[in-house]
Amino acid sequence: MATSKAQFAQNKRVTLDPPRLITEPPLLQASGMTKRYGRITAVEEVSLEVYAGEVLGIVGESGSGKSSVLRLLNLEELPDSGTYTLDLPTLVGVNLFTLDRFARREAALHHIGIVYQNPHLGLRMRYTSSGNVAERLLVTGERTFATLRQAARESLNASEFPLDRMDDPPRVLSGGMQQRVQLAKAIALQPRVLLLDEPTTGLDVSVQAAVLDTLKGLQRDRHMAMVIVSHDLGVIRALADRVMVMRGGRVVESGLADQVLDDPQDAYTQQLVHAKL
Amino acid sequence: MSTPNLQALTAPREDYAYAFLDPFAKRELRRRTLKAIAIPGYQVPYASRELPIARGWGTGGLQVTLSLVGPESVIKVIDQGADSSVNAANLRRFITRMSGASTTTDALEATIIQSRHRIPEEVLKEGQALVLQVPDPEPLRAVESDSSTAHQMHADADYGQLWLVLYEQLVRYKQYLQGASYPSLVNNRYVISPSPIPRWDTPKLHQAAHLTLLSAGREKRLYAVPPYTDVYPLEFNDVPFQIEDQRGWVDRATQAINKFMNELPQADGSSQYEISDSGYWDKLIALMKGETPTIGATYYDSEGNFYKDGYLKSPVRPE
Repeated sequence: MATSKAQFAQNKRVTLDPPRLITEPPLLQASGMTKRYGRITAVEEVSLEVYAGEVLGIVGESGSGKSSVLRLLNLEELPDSGTYTLDLPTLVGVNLFTLDRFARREAALHHIGIVYQNPHLGLRMRYTSSGNVAERLLVTGERTFATLRQAARESLNASEFPLDRMDDPPRVLSGGMQQRVQLAKAIALQPRVLLLDEPTTGLDVSVQAAVLDTLKGLQRDRHMAMVIVSHDLGVIRALADRVMVMRGGRVVESGLADQVLDDPQDAYTQQLVHAKL
Repeated sequence: MSTPNLQALTAPREDYAYAFLDPFAKRELRRRTLKAIAIPGYQVPYASRELPIARGWGTGGLQVTLSLVGPESVIKVIDQGADSSVNAANLRRFITRMSGASTTTDALEATIIQSRHRIPEEVLKEGQALVLQVPDPEPLRAVESDSSTAHQMHADADYGQLWLVLYEQLVRYKQYLQGASYPSLVNNRYVISPSPIPRWDTPKLHQAAHLTLLSAGREKRLYAVPPYTDVYPLEFNDVPFQIEDQRGWVDRATQAINKFMNELPQADGSSQYEISDSGYWDKLIALMKGETPTIGATYYDSEGNFYKDGYLKSPVRPE
């Protein structure tokens, strides 16, 4: 079953699941998403599906529409056209884009977690880190202080945040720690979908590696569908199972991560893979 | 039959409309008040009129009082518990001059009580209206500066951020810090900011026999707690809401305890205390002098127990 980093560290003998055929339908399924801002088409006819326990990487240059896709998947914005379904017992066959504001908020709250590149977008910098995590539970109606503390502690622990600093506000924390708080907040309600918008951009390489390690561990343990957006191919290579390359709002190439990154077919992808400073 | 002329048909000219506000203004206020009573805790916008006092000096409360008052009304005006402060005296004089209503300092006799920051110590009864002056009606103001977003949050009953503020207080200080205007849930639907009444007074709103109207003149909103409506201060299940701890505070003149006190710092650094509700205090003094005032039941008895059993819980300090 799931193996944690700690088990590896203790040199325990771990057995990984053998490869097997996926028989269940994709957890996240979005098709034909188009989003225009005035004359600009940010996202054009983008379709994607992600299975539980799978990581989809979205790469592309700035302005290619990858963050817009993530905003749509997080239900922050509605597209001009397209459908979005999650294969969950309560949401079978429901196009999330057609839900009313209240139901949409509920669906996003319970089933989707997001980590932004800029922690200011996802966190209240002056409140305690544990409070930031507990807020997700407060919004769903949890009203017992001890339960909130415990849930915050568990969630921060899962994102490998040092618990002796759980009551420090994010503004006094380092960039890597802030991302861990965001991650703890995103997974506090144990969502089935985790969206990551450039989660490690702006962190130095060693911290980046540590955060990626945590993400990898979480993905193994919690069997979530993850979508990671990044312009850093190293991050994508480290995390993603499948990759989608975007340019000008369209998907130009998609496939298995190794396949796309080692043997790109599309001219733009070739350029992207070979671009190095 | 002679045709009546215009002069005979119209009322004689007066310098001011009855109760100062013109009939249209009063009608609007009454309609808004009815709406506020129909939706307990919901903030109803209204056209706040100009009055001969400045915004921030109780114009909201005054307008509601003027829309309700009649010649047979008995008015009590309180400012921080006192009937005699300049603000209270001015408002009382204005209301009576404009309406012909009589005045009292006795909370039991009054039909309309306009108050700033306090609810009287004696239990109010059915048929009485308590009008509270409110500086800031929006409980979400501290957490959401955009008022249209705040409207939407009220519509969604999205009060998570208010709870987050309480969480933060418990984490940092092990207790709820909000002293006055403690956010409270009315009728299990809307959270209100109950004007800046002290925490001591907040439980008095719960299942009260009287009508409470809260009106903010500058912010142009009014809201109500109708009689016999549930009002619960926001509190975590395991950390109950607490009123001010005034154990050991004794009124310097009457030796009364367990009433809300003003602290009077003394030159030697010590403190003396006096009952904040001057109408009630006057009655206690009269009793000491051998007179026989009618003293009603109080919300908190002499042992400090609240008149509704089990509403206030004993304190818990979170880990």
